[in-house]
Amino acid sequence: MSDLTTPQGNPDGHGSAPAKLGYSPVADIPHKPRATDTDPKAARRAERQVASMFLLSMLFVVLFVVAYVAIDKTSVVYIPVMGEVGASNVALGFTMGMAILLIGTAAIQWAKKLMPDVEVVQQRHDMVSPKRATLEAEANYERGKEESGFVRFRLIRRTLIGAMVLFPIPLVVMLRDLWTPTEYTEGKSPADLLSTTLWTGGMRIVADGTYQGEHSETDSGGEITGEPVSPDDSLAHRPIRPEDLPVGGLIAAIPLDLPEVEHAEGNLNARGKAAIILVRMEPDEIRSQQGTGWDVEGILAYSKICTHVGCPIALYEQRTHHLLCPCHQSTFDLADSGNVVFGPAARRMPQLPIGVDEEGYLVALSDFEEPVGPSFWERG
Amino acid sequence: MKFLAARRRSPIVASALLVGALVTVGGAYAALGAVEPAQAALAVGAETQVEKGQQLYLEGCSSCHGLKGEGTQTGPTLVGVGAAAVDFQVSTGRMPLAAPGAQAPAKTENPYSEEDIAAMAAFVAALGPGPAIPTAEQLDYASADEAYGGELFRINCAQCHQAAGQGGALTQGKYAPSLMGSSPKTITEAMLTGPQNMPVFSDAQLPVEDKQAITSYIVGLQEASSPGGLNLGRFGPVTEGVFLVTAIFAALIAAAVWIGIKSR
Amino acid sequence: MTTTSPVEKVGGATATYVDQRVGSNKFLSRNLGKVFPDHWSFMLGEIALYSFIVVLLTGVFLTLWFKPSMAEVVYDGSYVPLKGVLMSEAYDSALNISFDVRGGLLLRQMHHWSALIFIAAMAVHMFRVFFTGAFRKPREFNWLIGVGLTTFGLLAGFSGYSLPDDLLSGTGLQIARGIVQAVPVVGTWAAFLLFDGEFPGTEFISRLYGVHILLIPGLILALVTIHLMLVWTQKHTQFPGPGRTNDNVVGYPLLPVYMAKAGGFFFIVFGIIALVGGLVTVNPIWIFGPYMPDQVSAGSQPDWYIGFLDGALRTMPNWESVIPGVGWTISWNILIPALVIPGIIFTLLGLYPFIEAWVTGDKREHNLLDRPRNAPTRTALGMMAISFYVLLWVGGANDIIAVAFDLSINSIIWFLRITLIVVPPLVFVVTRRTCLGLQRRDREKLLHGYESGRILRLPHGEFIEVHQPLSEKDIAVITAKHDYAPLPAPDKADVDGVRNKRYRAQMLRHQLSEFFYGVNVPKPSAAEIEAGQHHAAHDAAIEAPLHEYEDADQIHTFHGGVLHHPGMAETNAEQLQQEQRS
Repeated sequence: MSDLTTPQGNPDGHGSAPAKLGYSPVADIPHKPRATDTDPKAARRAERQVASMFLLSMLFVVLFVVAYVAIDKTSVVYIPVMGEVGASNVALGFTMGMAILLIGTAAIQWAKKLMPDVEVVQQRHDMVSPKRATLEAEANYERGKEESGFVRFRLIRRTLIGAMVLFPIPLVVMLRDLWTPTEYTEGKSPADLLSTTLWTGGMRIVADGTYQGEHSETDSGGEITGEPVSPDDSLAHRPIRPEDLPVGGLIAAIPLDLPEVEHAEGNLNARGKAAIILVRMEPDEIRSQQGTGWDVEGILAYSKICTHVGCPIALYEQRTHHLLCPCHQSTFDLADSGNVVFGPAARRMPQLPIGVDEEGYLVALSDFEEPVGPSFWERG
Repeated sequence: MKFLAARRRSPIVASALLVGALVTVGGAYAALGAVEPAQAALAVGAETQVEKGQQLYLEGCSSCHGLKGEGTQTGPTLVGVGAAAVDFQVSTGRMPLAAPGAQAPAKTENPYSEEDIAAMAAFVAALGPGPAIPTAEQLDYASADEAYGGELFRINCAQCHQAAGQGGALTQGKYAPSLMGSSPKTITEAMLTGPQNMPVFSDAQLPVEDKQAITSYIVGLQEASSPGGLNLGRFGPVTEGVFLVTAIFAALIAAAVWIGIKSR
Repeated sequence: MTTTSPVEKVGGATATYVDQRVGSNKFLSRNLGKVFPDHWSFMLGEIALYSFIVVLLTGVFLTLWFKPSMAEVVYDGSYVPLKGVLMSEAYDSALNISFDVRGGLLLRQMHHWSALIFIAAMAVHMFRVFFTGAFRKPREFNWLIGVGLTTFGLLAGFSGYSLPDDLLSGTGLQIARGIVQAVPVVGTWAAFLLFDGEFPGTEFISRLYGVHILLIPGLILALVTIHLMLVWTQKHTQFPGPGRTNDNVVGYPLLPVYMAKAGGFFFIVFGIIALVGGLVTVNPIWIFGPYMPDQVSAGSQPDWYIGFLDGALRTMPNWESVIPGVGWTISWNILIPALVIPGIIFTLLGLYPFIEAWVTGDKREHNLLDRPRNAPTRTALGMMAISFYVLLWVGGANDIIAVAFDLSINSIIWFLRITLIVVPPLVFVVTRRTCLGLQRRDREKLLHGYESGRILRLPHGEFIEVHQPLSEKDIAVITAKHDYAPLPAPDKADVDGVRNKRYRAQMLRHQLSEFFYGVNVPKPSAAEIEAGQHHAAHDAAIEAPLHEYEDADQIHTFHGGVLHHPGMAETNAEQLQQEQRS
């Protein structure tokens, strides 16, 4: 450090901070007095500025309360640039924001214009403790060690360490029941559960949907008591005939039993595994599939759950037959056994073997032959 | 300018000048680049609608789709695509295609009048059976259930067109377009015909009522006000992040700098 | 003593009352005059602190209405496009907050925006601390606490993002579960324990709620407290400048200036958050709809701070191994981007101060900040890391970028796979060279003064640029640079021929030190600086008459020019002498 940067220690007369407080103004920073230091009019003006900002802040609080009471929560207002926006949110946010912001700007303006702006110096002290304190601490430690007999009583020392190591075990053990099997999962390992879905041979394939409509029955607590209702002419939960699906078409589908099972189990777990998509292509466009005869006249059923990390995927390009995951862009070729053609997924999309039952509706021939969804340790 | 000249060595002023210059150049470039689209006026004296359609077809479409709509190397067959496909592709300006690319983009200007499009649709419909142009009754979504449409939208449409209908990326430069400017007719025709890589949603898959419900939900999205203020394009967290960095942090750091500057 | 108002009398009595019980006046006497240096970049940490306070405040309000339950209900609130739709109570109550509680949407948006600001402010604060070397002794612990705070910030953010149970947040949880499930050996069980079984289960939202509103905020509060106490006892670092040394702190006293400025800034941050919460939508959950494990929206993204992780997942090639025989699966495609890369990033971040201290052998206390150019290797390493992070970020937004700029996502991913390896080293090289260039310019400035930008044409036709002496402040700032020498290479054996057992470690340290300090533009000596500034003052003296007098052409020549020839005056003074003689 050259001598150019050493403080001279002589107050320059601008603000004479008492040296007793441990600091003094920096002598060699040329301090230019502000307008408010020299011109009483400017100081008055600054005072008025600050006070009017505080005043405006109060006004905005009043406006906030008025807006809270007066503006309907659903009303919409047109504001240039923003378009049609919720009047209540904008009014409340604006008034509250201005009320708070003005306090801040007033305080800063006050500090900048009217409080002293002479920088002062304070000395630092090393972090290290004085030698005496260190020696005292050492002596106290030695005394404690001696008096406790931690070194002498070897047995106590070892058993203490043992006890300290073991005592958190109950806390860890209790975490086991974070997962308590239900009557539906009793006796099954996680790997078993991840490897099976609701699909069985003969299970009808129905169009996806959970819409309850405005007429579904609910009790006072909002719990659903009635069966799910769909508008009468909707195909949701209706079985599908091969002729319903044209070439190039796509249907998001679930097993017929799913709504019932979901209702019984009280969760969406079965849906997270069983969801499929049905796509139809010209039979001669199918280059390969995961089992012979798993299609029905060019209709293929594939799992909807990505084998990468489990996003549902249905971005089906009907000309390229590619299926793209919107989360991480894994791309699967449904005309070629659902194999991965791009992206981070390592496994092909599992195919569901399908057929037609005696009434002419599409059914599964069996469950998936490989686990659906993301990989896991025991998957193999 | 004297002010600027005196301070032009300051990094802040220098960057402001640079930005100013870039904006000026960019603006001029954009202004010059907006080439007037060619207006093709077609005078046709055909007697029947189908003949007129054939005439237009031969002039405008046959080079890619073949003289009888059988398709060629450069364009798919039009046999069986139906009148709805013609109406969708031509009225949205996707066809005729300006240049081959990953995907046919929609254009605001198209060289054909409504009559011309109807004529071509009639001609293509005559090539083989396919979905007809939806009737006004089919398109009437006034009594449709918007919330039900919403769920159908999330099951069938959102994976490509995004939950707010803003569109999304597909593979290899293809994309699902934004639905914000789509009319009920365009929406319904797209579902019926499955243009380009979009899957087909026939009336057997999604009955007319379901299509009306979906239309109702999309129109709702188009007309929706934004309860929370500026909507940032409804693209999700990415635009929120961009706004955070560019606007909010600009404001916060400007405030910090203001606090740090010595008053004069 | 001036006049004392009744309020002050009460205040004084209270202070005495409290002091008699807790001894608070000792603290006040030491600290009311505590000096804080003033610089805009020192406020980045304040932004983080203040936005965290706003997060806490708005979060408390939200807990009054939010129901963290996955029980299914049918929506019957005032948002028409979802009426009659089956959803969880969590989503239902989040919609209720947004549409049926007046000001609820404002609170939700303020909470979300301030959370985004909190994490971003921690990041930029960390950049400031890194690039100025503020993490050096004695502040290594505070750096570690900062890394911990950032980590907890990410967890707080992600857990909050996941609570409303809309389609976007549920998709995020599904990905998180996929990542947990990929952990070798324990992954499957860990996922089952966390989610109480399969995905999505019925428990996770309520479990996450406890973590989000109690556990993580508690940890953050504890760490923030220690962080601030350490700043307080260690005193803030300062940038070099006139009068500023390693042993003092130059700035404004706590009372009144710093208190007014810091307090005022809190209200400014709070006010900006309220304004943004009122004027700009964030996370419009009603658009995404309720979460269903078989539904998804295009453009599903995490919030910005998890973007790098999502980008890494997207960019990773699809590697997976199955151990033959036992059939155990190792999902490299998930483990590397989701656990290994963030693990490396945060470990290196945490260890950096200790690594640098070991490599450089620097044991001094540092209270004066480095200018980033004066630590070229550190700055280059930081920029390299940032470029890697930013590229991952681009990966996380690749689908939005593809649509916005009409690109192919496949091309973007391939572009990133290559640039993630190529660009960071390039950034390192460019940054280091830039820093050295700036050091060279600083040296030039000290030796020759400041380039004024004014060109003089001398009477004999030569053009020169006038140099002006540096201001006292500039000299103080530039000369604060410390020239380090790399550690010497170790000897294989000492003079007595005893083999050096620690040779390899010392050699590594020597090489790293060479890497760190091998490049440097040394600062000129005090005498050289003196001469240089004198020289520049001379320049300026030449120019002065040009402005002031019409007869500037009387000055005929100038030293140091290429056209200089024998017989001409060497300096201005000589020139004048010559003229006087003639």
